Amino acid sequence: MADALHDGCPALEVLATGPMTTVQDLGRPGRGHLGVGRSGAADRGALRLANRLLANPEGAAALEVTLGGLAARARGDLLITLTGAACPASVVDAAGRARPIGHQSVERLPDGATLRLGMPRRGLRTYVAVRGGLAVEEVLGSRATDVLAGLGPDRPEAGSLLPVGPPPAAFPMVELAPAAEAPPGEPVLRVVPGPRDDWFRPGALEALCAEPYEVTMESNRVGMRLRGRPLERSREGELPPEGMVPGALQVPPSGQPTLFLADHPVTGGYPVIAVVRERDVDQAAQIRPGQRVRFRLSRGEPS
Amino acid sequence: MRPRLRRCGDGALLVELEGVDEVVALYDALVADPPPGVTELLPAARTLLVRFEPSSRKGAVESAVLGARPAGGRPGAGGEVTVPVVYDGADLAAVAELTGLTEREVVQAHTGSPWTVAFCGFAPGFGYLVGGDPRLAVPRRTESRVRVPAGSVALAAEFSAVYPRESPGGWQLIGRTGLRVWDVAAEPPALLRPGTRVRFTEAPRG
Repeated sequence: MADALHDGCPALEVLATGPMTTVQDLGRPGRGHLGVGRSGAADRGALRLANRLLANPEGAAALEVTLGGLAARARGDLLITLTGAACPASVVDAAGRARPIGHQSVERLPDGATLRLGMPRRGLRTYVAVRGGLAVEEVLGSRATDVLAGLGPDRPEAGSLLPVGPPPAAFPMVELAPAAEAPPGEPVLRVVPGPRDDWFRPGALEALCAEPYEVTMESNRVGMRLRGRPLERSREGELPPEGMVPGALQVPPSGQPTLFLADHPVTGGYPVIAVVRERDVDQAAQIRPGQRVRFRLSRGEPS
Repeated sequence: MRPRLRRCGDGALLVELEGVDEVVALYDALVADPPPGVTELLPAARTLLVRFEPSSRKGAVESAVLGARPAGGRPGAGGEVTVPVVYDGADLAAVAELTGLTEREVVQAHTGSPWTVAFCGFAPGFGYLVGGDPRLAVPRRTESRVRVPAGSVALAAEFSAVYPRESPGGWQLIGRTGLRVWDVAAEPPALLRPGTRVRFTEAPRG
Protein backbone atom coordinates (compact mmCIF):
# COMPACT_ATOMS: atom_id res chain seq x y z
CA MET A 1 0.00 0.00 0.00
CA ALA A 2 2.82 2.34 0.95
CA ASP A 3 4.47 2.00 -2.45
CA ALA A 4 1.25 2.54 -4.37
CA LEU A 5 0.76 5.82 -2.55
CA HIS A 6 4.33 6.85 -3.15
CA ASP A 7 3.81 6.96 -6.90
CA GLY A 8 3.99 10.70 -7.42
CA CYS A 9 1.92 11.57 -4.34
CA PRO A 10 3.83 13.32 -1.59
CA ALA A 11 3.18 11.93 1.86
CA LEU A 12 4.51 11.81 5.39
CA GLU A 13 5.30 8.32 6.64
CA VAL A 14 4.98 8.05 10.41
CA LEU A 15 7.76 5.99 12.03
CA ALA A 16 7.04 6.79 15.70
CA THR A 17 4.36 8.93 17.37
CA GLY A 18 5.70 9.63 20.86
CA PRO A 19 3.11 9.58 23.69
CA MET A 20 0.29 10.91 21.49
CA THR A 21 0.05 12.38 18.02
CA THR A 22 -3.19 13.37 16.29
CA VAL A 23 -4.13 15.16 13.08
CA GLN A 24 -5.76 18.54 13.78
CA ASP A 25 -7.10 21.50 11.87
CA LEU A 26 -9.37 24.29 13.16
CA GLY A 27 -12.19 21.82 13.79
CA ARG A 28 -15.85 21.58 12.87
CA PRO A 29 -17.64 24.68 14.21
CA GLY A 30 -21.39 25.18 13.88
CA ARG A 31 -22.48 21.62 14.73
CA GLY A 32 -22.92 21.98 18.49
CA HIS A 33 -26.70 21.65 18.10
CA LEU A 34 -26.09 18.09 16.82
CA GLY A 35 -23.94 17.25 19.83
CA VAL A 36 -20.74 17.65 17.80
CA GLY A 37 -18.05 19.84 19.36
CA ARG A 38 -15.63 22.07 17.48
CA SER A 39 -12.46 20.17 18.44
CA GLY A 40 -9.36 21.09 16.38
CA ALA A 41 -5.87 22.14 17.48
CA ALA A 42 -5.62 22.60 21.25
CA ASP A 43 -3.26 25.57 20.62
CA ARG A 44 -5.07 27.21 17.71
CA GLY A 45 -2.64 30.10 17.47
CA ALA A 46 0.29 27.71 17.00
CA LEU A 47 -1.50 25.84 14.19
CA ARG A 48 -2.41 29.10 12.47
CA LEU A 49 1.16 30.35 12.72
CA ALA A 50 2.50 27.11 11.24
CA ASN A 51 0.18 27.42 8.29
CA ARG A 52 0.96 31.10 7.75
CA LEU A 53 4.68 30.31 7.66
CA LEU A 54 4.07 27.80 4.88
CA ALA A 55 1.51 30.02 3.06
CA ASN A 56 -1.13 27.34 3.63
CA PRO A 57 -4.73 28.28 4.36
CA GLU A 58 -4.61 28.87 8.13
CA GLY A 59 -6.90 25.94 8.87
CA ALA A 60 -4.88 23.33 6.94
CA ALA A 61 -4.43 20.05 8.83
CA ALA A 62 -1.16 19.32 10.65
CA LEU A 63 0.15 16.94 13.31
CA GLU A 64 -0.34 17.82 16.97
CA VAL A 65 2.49 16.06 18.80
CA THR A 66 2.22 15.72 22.58
CA LEU A 67 5.55 15.74 24.46
CA GLY A 68 7.63 15.15 21.33
CA GLY A 69 8.87 11.77 20.21
CA LEU A 70 7.63 11.96 16.62
CA ALA A 71 9.66 10.46 13.78
CA ALA A 72 8.35 10.83 10.24
CA ARG A 73 9.90 10.27 6.81
CA ALA A 74 9.18 12.31 3.69
CA ARG A 75 7.78 10.66 0.57
CA GLY A 76 8.61 13.32 -1.99
CA ASP A 77 10.28 16.68 -1.23
CA LEU A 78 8.37 18.44 1.53
CA LEU A 79 8.50 21.86 3.16
CA ILE A 80 7.70 21.77 6.87
CA THR A 81 7.63 23.93 9.97
CA LEU A 82 7.34 23.37 13.73
CA THR A 83 5.36 25.61 16.09
CA GLY A 84 3.94 25.37 19.60
CA ALA A 85 6.19 23.71 22.17
CA ALA A 86 9.81 23.97 20.97
CA CYS A 87 11.62 20.66 20.96
CA PRO A 88 15.06 19.65 19.81
CA ALA A 89 14.48 18.65 16.19
CA SER A 90 16.63 17.25 13.44
CA VAL A 91 16.37 16.15 9.85
CA VAL A 92 18.25 12.95 9.06
CA ASP A 93 18.84 12.57 5.33
CA ALA A 94 18.67 9.31 3.41
CA ALA A 95 22.43 8.89 3.89
CA GLY A 96 22.07 9.15 7.68
CA ARG A 97 23.47 12.67 8.11
CA ALA A 98 21.61 14.60 10.84
CA ARG A 99 21.08 18.36 10.75
CA PRO A 100 19.41 20.24 13.60
CA ILE A 101 16.51 22.46 12.50
CA GLY A 102 14.97 25.53 14.07
CA HIS A 103 11.63 26.28 15.65
CA GLN A 104 9.08 28.35 13.72
CA SER A 105 11.29 28.29 10.65
CA VAL A 106 10.53 26.94 7.20
CA GLU A 107 12.62 23.80 6.63
CA ARG A 108 13.14 21.33 3.82
CA LEU A 109 12.39 17.67 4.38
CA PRO A 110 13.74 16.07 1.19
CA ASP A 111 12.44 12.79 -0.19
CA GLY A 112 13.57 9.94 2.08
CA ALA A 113 14.72 12.25 4.91
CA THR A 114 13.39 11.72 8.43
CA LEU A 115 12.22 14.37 10.88
CA ARG A 116 12.93 13.50 14.52
CA LEU A 117 11.54 15.42 17.49
CA GLY A 118 12.99 15.15 20.99
CA MET A 119 11.13 16.10 24.13
CA PRO A 120 10.19 19.78 24.49
CA ARG A 121 12.04 21.63 27.23
CA ARG A 122 8.87 23.61 27.96
CA GLY A 123 5.32 23.31 26.75
CA LEU A 124 3.30 20.28 25.77
CA ARG A 125 2.08 20.35 22.17
CA THR A 126 4.18 20.82 19.05
CA TYR A 127 2.61 21.33 15.62
CA VAL A 128 4.29 19.80 12.59
CA ALA A 129 2.84 21.37 9.46
CA VAL A 130 3.59 20.49 5.86
CA ARG A 131 3.20 22.83 2.91
CA GLY A 132 0.01 21.65 1.19
CA GLY A 133 -1.46 20.39 4.46
CA LEU A 134 -2.17 16.81 5.48
CA ALA A 135 -4.85 15.48 3.13
CA VAL A 136 -6.26 12.65 5.23
CA GLU A 137 -9.97 12.07 4.77
CA GLU A 138 -12.37 14.59 6.30
CA VAL A 139 -15.07 13.60 8.77
CA LEU A 140 -18.00 16.04 8.94
CA GLY A 141 -16.04 18.69 7.07
CA SER A 142 -12.89 18.56 9.18
CA ARG A 143 -9.71 16.53 9.66
CA ALA A 144 -9.66 17.23 13.41
CA THR A 145 -9.47 14.32 15.86
CA ASP A 146 -12.04 14.68 18.65
CA VAL A 147 -10.84 12.24 21.31
CA LEU A 148 -13.98 12.59 23.44
CA ALA A 149 -16.53 12.10 20.67
CA GLY A 150 -14.39 9.58 18.80
CA LEU A 151 -14.68 11.56 15.55
CA GLY A 152 -12.04 12.21 12.93
CA PRO A 153 -9.35 10.43 10.95
CA ASP A 154 -7.56 7.33 12.19
CA ARG A 155 -4.99 8.08 14.89
CA PRO A 156 -1.51 8.11 13.27
CA GLU A 157 0.66 5.19 14.32
CA ALA A 158 3.98 3.76 13.23
CA GLY A 159 3.53 2.84 9.57
CA SER A 160 0.73 5.33 8.83
CA LEU A 161 1.12 7.13 5.53
CA LEU A 162 -0.40 10.61 5.61
CA PRO A 163 -1.00 12.09 2.15
CA VAL A 164 0.07 15.70 1.62
CA GLY A 165 -2.20 18.02 -0.37
CA PRO A 166 -1.22 20.10 -3.38
CA PRO A 167 0.83 23.20 -2.52
CA PRO A 168 -1.17 26.46 -2.37
CA ALA A 169 -0.61 29.12 -5.03
CA ALA A 170 1.02 31.49 -2.54
CA PHE A 171 4.67 31.14 -1.57
CA PRO A 172 6.06 31.44 1.95
CA MET A 173 7.00 35.09 2.55
CA VAL A 174 9.20 34.61 5.59
CA GLU A 175 11.60 31.92 6.64
CA LEU A 176 11.31 32.40 10.34
CA ALA A 177 8.90 33.83 12.90
CA PRO A 178 10.70 35.07 16.00
CA ALA A 179 9.56 32.90 18.88
CA ALA A 180 8.25 34.77 21.90
CA GLU A 181 9.48 32.76 24.88
CA ALA A 182 6.91 32.28 27.61
CA PRO A 183 7.86 34.28 30.69
CA PRO A 184 9.46 32.14 33.40
CA GLY A 185 7.45 31.10 36.44
CA GLU A 186 3.89 29.90 36.76
CA PRO A 187 1.68 30.69 33.77
CA VAL A 188 -1.10 33.16 34.54
CA LEU A 189 -4.44 32.76 32.78
CA ARG A 190 -6.97 35.59 32.74
CA VAL A 191 -10.55 34.59 33.52
CA VAL A 192 -13.91 36.27 32.94
CA PRO A 193 -16.38 35.55 35.80
CA GLY A 194 -19.49 33.49 35.04
CA PRO A 195 -21.75 32.30 33.61
CA ARG A 196 -22.57 30.55 36.94
CA ASP A 197 -20.46 32.41 39.50
CA ASP A 198 -23.70 32.96 41.45
CA TRP A 199 -23.73 29.23 42.29
CA PHE A 200 -20.73 29.74 44.56
CA ARG A 201 -20.15 31.18 48.00
CA PRO A 202 -19.04 34.81 48.11
CA GLY A 203 -15.29 34.90 47.77
CA ALA A 204 -15.06 31.80 45.55
CA LEU A 205 -13.75 33.82 42.59
CA GLU A 206 -11.15 35.40 44.82
CA ALA A 207 -10.23 31.92 46.09
CA LEU A 208 -9.77 30.76 42.49
CA CYS A 209 -7.28 33.56 41.93
CA ALA A 210 -5.56 33.49 45.32
CA GLU A 211 -3.28 30.45 45.08
CA PRO A 212 -1.92 28.47 42.15
CA TYR A 213 -3.56 25.20 41.09
CA GLU A 214 -1.65 22.10 40.12
CA VAL A 215 -2.43 20.48 36.77
CA THR A 216 -2.99 16.80 37.55
CA MET A 217 -2.13 13.78 35.41
CA GLU A 218 -5.83 13.46 34.59
CA SER A 219 -5.46 15.95 31.79
CA ASN A 220 -5.83 15.58 28.05
CA ARG A 221 -7.38 17.31 25.04
CA VAL A 222 -10.78 17.22 26.77
CA GLY A 223 -9.64 19.21 29.75
CA MET A 224 -7.25 19.65 32.63
CA ARG A 225 -8.22 18.48 36.10
CA LEU A 226 -6.82 20.95 38.60
CA ARG A 227 -5.95 20.51 42.26
CA GLY A 228 -5.87 23.37 44.72
CA ARG A 229 -8.13 25.39 46.95
CA PRO A 230 -11.67 23.93 46.64
CA LEU A 231 -14.34 26.29 45.33
CA GLU A 232 -17.35 26.14 47.62
CA ARG A 233 -20.80 26.17 46.17
CA SER A 234 -23.73 28.00 47.68
CA ARG A 235 -26.26 25.79 45.87
CA GLU A 236 -26.56 22.03 45.81
CA GLY A 237 -27.64 19.84 42.95
CA GLU A 238 -26.97 19.85 39.25
CA LEU A 239 -27.83 22.35 36.59
CA PRO A 240 -29.90 21.14 33.68
CA PRO A 241 -27.33 20.48 30.94
CA GLU A 242 -26.10 23.64 29.23
CA GLY A 243 -23.63 24.55 26.50
CA MET A 244 -19.90 24.62 27.31
CA VAL A 245 -17.00 26.51 25.72
CA PRO A 246 -13.22 25.96 25.62
CA GLY A 247 -11.63 27.63 28.63
CA ALA A 248 -14.65 26.99 30.87
CA LEU A 249 -13.76 26.23 34.51
CA GLN A 250 -16.40 23.69 35.46
CA VAL A 251 -16.72 22.80 39.13
CA PRO A 252 -18.00 19.35 40.17
CA PRO A 253 -19.14 18.70 43.77
CA SER A 254 -15.52 18.09 44.87
CA GLY A 255 -14.89 21.82 44.34
CA GLN A 256 -11.78 21.08 42.24
CA PRO A 257 -12.17 22.78 38.87
CA THR A 258 -11.69 21.26 35.43
CA LEU A 259 -10.43 23.56 32.68
CA PHE A 260 -12.00 22.55 29.37
CA LEU A 261 -9.84 22.38 26.24
CA ALA A 262 -10.54 21.66 22.56
CA ASP A 263 -12.45 18.36 22.92
CA HIS A 264 -14.63 19.42 25.87
CA PRO A 265 -18.14 17.95 26.15
CA VAL A 266 -20.68 19.99 24.19
CA THR A 267 -22.96 20.29 27.22
CA GLY A 268 -22.33 19.89 30.94
CA GLY A 269 -24.33 19.85 34.15
CA TYR A 270 -21.87 21.35 36.64
CA PRO A 271 -21.68 25.11 37.11
CA VAL A 272 -18.95 27.11 35.35
CA ILE A 273 -17.51 29.67 37.74
CA ALA A 274 -15.40 31.49 35.13
CA VAL A 275 -14.05 31.18 31.59
CA VAL A 276 -10.41 31.60 30.57
CA ARG A 277 -10.05 34.38 28.01
CA GLU A 278 -9.81 33.18 24.43
CA ARG A 279 -6.24 34.30 23.94
CA ASP A 280 -5.12 32.46 27.05
CA VAL A 281 -6.74 29.12 26.19
CA ASP A 282 -3.85 28.42 23.77
CA GLN A 283 -1.42 29.04 26.61
CA ALA A 284 -3.43 26.69 28.85
CA ALA A 285 -3.10 23.95 26.24
CA GLN A 286 0.70 24.14 26.62
CA ILE A 287 0.75 23.59 30.39
CA ARG A 288 2.04 20.19 31.40
CA PRO A 289 0.65 17.89 34.06
CA GLY A 290 2.54 18.56 37.28
CA GLN A 291 2.94 22.25 36.49
CA ARG A 292 1.17 24.94 38.49
CA VAL A 293 -1.04 27.63 37.04
CA ARG A 294 -2.50 30.86 38.35
CA PHE A 295 -5.74 32.59 37.45
CA ARG A 296 -6.31 36.33 37.38
CA LEU A 297 -9.72 38.04 37.23
CA SER A 298 -10.29 40.07 34.12
CA ARG A 299 -13.59 41.83 33.64
CA GLY A 300 -12.40 44.11 30.90
CA GLU A 301 -13.49 44.25 27.31
CA PRO A 302 -12.03 41.92 24.71
CA SER A 303 -8.27 41.95 24.38
CA MET B 1 -40.16 37.34 30.07
CA ARG B 2 -37.04 39.10 28.92
CA PRO B 3 -34.28 36.52 28.66
CA ARG B 4 -31.35 36.89 30.99
CA LEU B 5 -27.96 37.14 29.32
CA ARG B 6 -24.97 35.69 31.10
CA ARG B 7 -21.45 36.30 29.87
CA CYS B 8 -19.54 33.15 29.00
CA GLY B 9 -15.96 34.20 28.38
CA ASP B 10 -14.92 36.48 25.51
CA GLY B 11 -16.78 34.81 22.69
CA ALA B 12 -20.12 33.53 23.99
CA LEU B 13 -23.34 34.48 25.75
CA LEU B 14 -25.51 32.09 27.71
CA VAL B 15 -29.14 33.11 27.24
CA GLU B 16 -31.31 31.92 30.12
CA LEU B 17 -34.95 31.17 29.30
CA GLU B 18 -38.03 29.75 31.03
CA GLY B 19 -37.91 26.30 29.51
CA VAL B 20 -37.47 24.09 26.50
CA ASP B 21 -40.26 25.70 24.42
CA GLU B 22 -38.77 29.19 24.77
CA VAL B 23 -35.29 27.81 23.99
CA VAL B 24 -36.46 26.13 20.79
CA ALA B 25 -38.43 29.23 19.73
CA LEU B 26 -35.46 31.56 20.19
CA TYR B 27 -33.14 29.03 18.56
CA ASP B 28 -35.43 28.85 15.50
CA ALA B 29 -35.68 32.65 15.31
CA LEU B 30 -31.90 33.06 15.40
CA VAL B 31 -31.29 30.22 12.92
CA ALA B 32 -33.73 31.90 10.52
CA ASP B 33 -32.02 35.28 10.90
CA PRO B 34 -28.51 34.72 12.26
CA PRO B 35 -26.86 37.80 13.75
CA PRO B 36 -23.54 38.66 12.04
CA GLY B 37 -20.53 36.96 13.63
CA VAL B 38 -22.49 34.12 15.25
CA THR B 39 -20.62 30.84 14.75
CA GLU B 40 -22.65 28.47 16.92
CA LEU B 41 -26.14 28.27 18.44
CA LEU B 42 -26.41 25.59 21.08
CA PRO B 43 -29.83 24.98 22.57
CA ALA B 44 -30.04 23.11 25.90
CA ALA B 45 -32.70 22.51 28.55
CA ARG B 46 -33.17 26.09 29.73
CA THR B 47 -30.43 27.95 27.93
CA LEU B 48 -29.23 28.89 24.48
CA LEU B 49 -25.46 29.30 24.10
CA VAL B 50 -24.57 31.82 21.40
CA ARG B 51 -20.93 31.77 20.29
CA PHE B 52 -19.54 34.53 18.11
CA GLU B 53 -16.36 35.80 16.47
CA PRO B 54 -14.65 38.13 16.90
CA SER B 55 -15.27 38.99 20.52
CA SER B 56 -15.86 42.66 19.60
CA ARG B 57 -19.30 41.59 18.29
CA LYS B 58 -20.63 41.09 21.82
CA GLY B 59 -22.78 44.25 21.92
CA ALA B 60 -24.32 43.61 18.51
CA VAL B 61 -25.03 39.96 19.34
CA GLU B 62 -26.66 40.98 22.64
CA SER B 63 -28.99 43.40 20.89
CA ALA B 64 -29.84 40.82 18.22
CA VAL B 65 -30.72 38.22 20.87
CA LEU B 66 -32.87 40.65 22.84
CA GLY B 67 -34.48 41.92 19.64
CA ALA B 68 -35.28 38.47 18.22
CA ARG B 69 -39.00 37.81 17.80
CA PRO B 70 -39.57 34.11 18.39
CA ALA B 71 -42.70 32.81 16.71
CA GLY B 72 -45.45 31.63 19.06
CA GLY B 73 -46.09 27.91 19.43
CA ARG B 74 -43.64 25.21 18.57
CA PRO B 75 -42.57 25.37 14.97
CA GLY B 76 -42.49 22.12 13.04
CA ALA B 77 -39.30 22.94 11.19
CA GLY B 78 -37.56 19.86 12.53
CA GLY B 79 -39.89 17.40 10.79
CA GLU B 80 -41.20 14.17 12.26
CA VAL B 81 -39.50 10.80 12.74
CA THR B 82 -41.07 7.46 13.67
CA VAL B 83 -38.85 5.21 15.75
CA PRO B 84 -39.83 1.52 15.90
CA VAL B 85 -38.78 0.04 19.24
CA VAL B 86 -38.53 -3.51 20.56
CA TYR B 87 -39.36 -3.01 24.24
CA ASP B 88 -37.10 -5.60 25.87
CA GLY B 89 -34.62 -3.30 27.63
CA ALA B 90 -32.62 -4.49 30.61
CA ASP B 91 -34.18 -1.82 32.85
CA LEU B 92 -37.81 -2.19 31.74
CA ALA B 93 -38.76 -4.00 34.94
CA ALA B 94 -36.91 -1.44 37.06
CA VAL B 95 -38.70 1.42 35.28
CA ALA B 96 -42.04 -0.29 35.91
CA GLU B 97 -41.20 -0.55 39.58
CA LEU B 98 -39.96 3.06 39.83
CA THR B 99 -43.07 4.44 38.12
CA GLY B 100 -45.62 2.11 39.71
CA LEU B 101 -46.79 1.05 36.25
CA THR B 102 -46.78 -2.40 34.70
CA GLU B 103 -44.22 -3.05 31.95
CA ARG B 104 -47.08 -2.95 29.44
CA GLU B 105 -48.18 0.44 30.77
CA VAL B 106 -44.61 1.75 30.46
CA VAL B 107 -44.63 0.78 26.77
CA GLN B 108 -48.07 2.35 26.29
CA ALA B 109 -46.93 5.55 27.99
CA HIS B 110 -43.73 5.74 25.91
CA THR B 111 -45.59 5.23 22.61
CA GLY B 112 -48.73 7.08 23.66
CA SER B 113 -47.69 10.67 23.03
CA PRO B 114 -45.19 12.34 20.72
CA TRP B 115 -41.83 13.56 22.00
CA THR B 116 -39.75 16.49 20.74
CA VAL B 117 -35.96 16.78 20.54
CA ALA B 118 -35.08 19.67 22.81
CA PHE B 119 -31.33 19.61 22.29
CA CYS B 120 -28.34 17.34 21.63
CA GLY B 121 -25.46 16.68 23.96
CA PHE B 122 -23.48 13.98 25.75
CA ALA B 123 -22.40 12.47 22.40
CA PRO B 124 -22.74 13.32 18.71
CA GLY B 125 -26.37 12.83 17.68
CA PHE B 126 -27.60 12.12 21.24
CA GLY B 127 -30.92 13.97 21.34
CA TYR B 128 -32.66 14.81 24.61
CA LEU B 129 -36.38 14.18 23.97
CA VAL B 130 -39.00 15.99 26.03
CA GLY B 131 -42.76 16.32 26.16
CA GLY B 132 -43.55 12.66 26.73
CA ASP B 133 -45.77 11.11 29.38
CA PRO B 134 -44.77 12.72 32.71
CA ARG B 135 -45.29 9.40 34.56
CA LEU B 136 -42.09 8.15 32.89
CA ALA B 137 -39.76 10.48 34.81
CA VAL B 138 -37.23 8.17 36.47
CA PRO B 139 -33.81 8.75 38.02
CA ARG B 140 -30.66 7.57 36.28
CA ARG B 141 -29.28 4.20 37.29
CA THR B 142 -27.17 4.35 40.43
CA GLU B 143 -24.32 2.77 38.48
CA SER B 144 -23.72 3.65 34.92
CA ARG B 145 -22.95 0.97 32.33
CA VAL B 146 -19.56 0.85 30.65
CA ARG B 147 -21.14 -0.22 27.37
CA VAL B 148 -24.59 0.69 26.11
CA PRO B 149 -25.26 -0.64 22.60
CA ALA B 150 -26.12 1.73 19.74
CA GLY B 151 -29.88 2.00 19.23
CA SER B 152 -30.73 1.57 22.92
CA VAL B 153 -33.87 3.49 23.85
CA ALA B 154 -33.65 4.98 27.32
CA LEU B 155 -35.17 7.20 29.99
CA ALA B 156 -33.68 9.56 32.59
CA ALA B 157 -35.33 12.46 34.43
CA GLU B 158 -37.96 13.95 32.12
CA PHE B 159 -36.00 12.88 29.03
CA SER B 160 -36.00 9.96 26.62
CA ALA B 161 -33.19 9.23 24.14
CA VAL B 162 -31.84 6.83 21.54
CA TYR B 163 -28.12 6.04 21.99
CA PRO B 164 -26.59 6.98 18.62
CA ARG B 165 -23.46 4.85 19.04
CA GLU B 166 -22.13 2.38 21.55
CA SER B 167 -20.98 4.34 24.59
CA PRO B 168 -20.97 4.31 28.37
CA GLY B 169 -24.28 5.41 29.86
CA GLY B 170 -26.33 5.70 33.02
CA TRP B 171 -29.86 5.96 31.61
CA GLN B 172 -32.55 3.33 32.16
CA LEU B 173 -32.75 1.10 29.08
CA ILE B 174 -36.30 0.17 28.06
CA GLY B 175 -35.81 -1.06 24.50
CA ARG B 176 -33.87 -0.92 21.25
CA THR B 177 -34.38 0.32 17.72
CA GLY B 178 -32.79 -0.71 14.45
CA LEU B 179 -33.21 2.84 13.14
CA ARG B 180 -29.85 4.50 12.55
CA VAL B 181 -29.98 7.88 14.27
CA TRP B 182 -26.34 8.84 13.60
CA ASP B 183 -24.42 8.49 10.34
CA VAL B 184 -21.24 10.52 9.70
CA ALA B 185 -21.65 9.99 5.96
CA ALA B 186 -25.09 11.67 5.98
CA GLU B 187 -25.71 15.42 5.90
CA PRO B 188 -26.86 16.27 8.48
CA PRO B 189 -25.39 13.27 10.33
CA ALA B 190 -27.98 13.34 13.14
CA LEU B 191 -31.56 12.20 12.57
CA LEU B 192 -32.85 13.61 15.87
CA ARG B 193 -32.15 17.34 15.75
CA PRO B 194 -33.54 20.13 17.96
CA GLY B 195 -37.22 20.61 17.11
CA THR B 196 -37.71 17.17 15.52
CA ARG B 197 -40.94 15.46 16.65
CA VAL B 198 -40.49 11.80 17.51
CA ARG B 199 -43.12 9.06 17.67
CA PHE B 200 -42.11 5.76 19.22
CA THR B 201 -44.00 2.69 17.98
CA GLU B 202 -43.80 -0.87 19.28
CA ALA B 203 -42.04 -3.27 16.92
CA PRO B 204 -42.34 -7.06 17.21
CA ARG B 205 -39.47 -8.90 18.88
CA GLY B 206 -37.18 -10.70 16.53
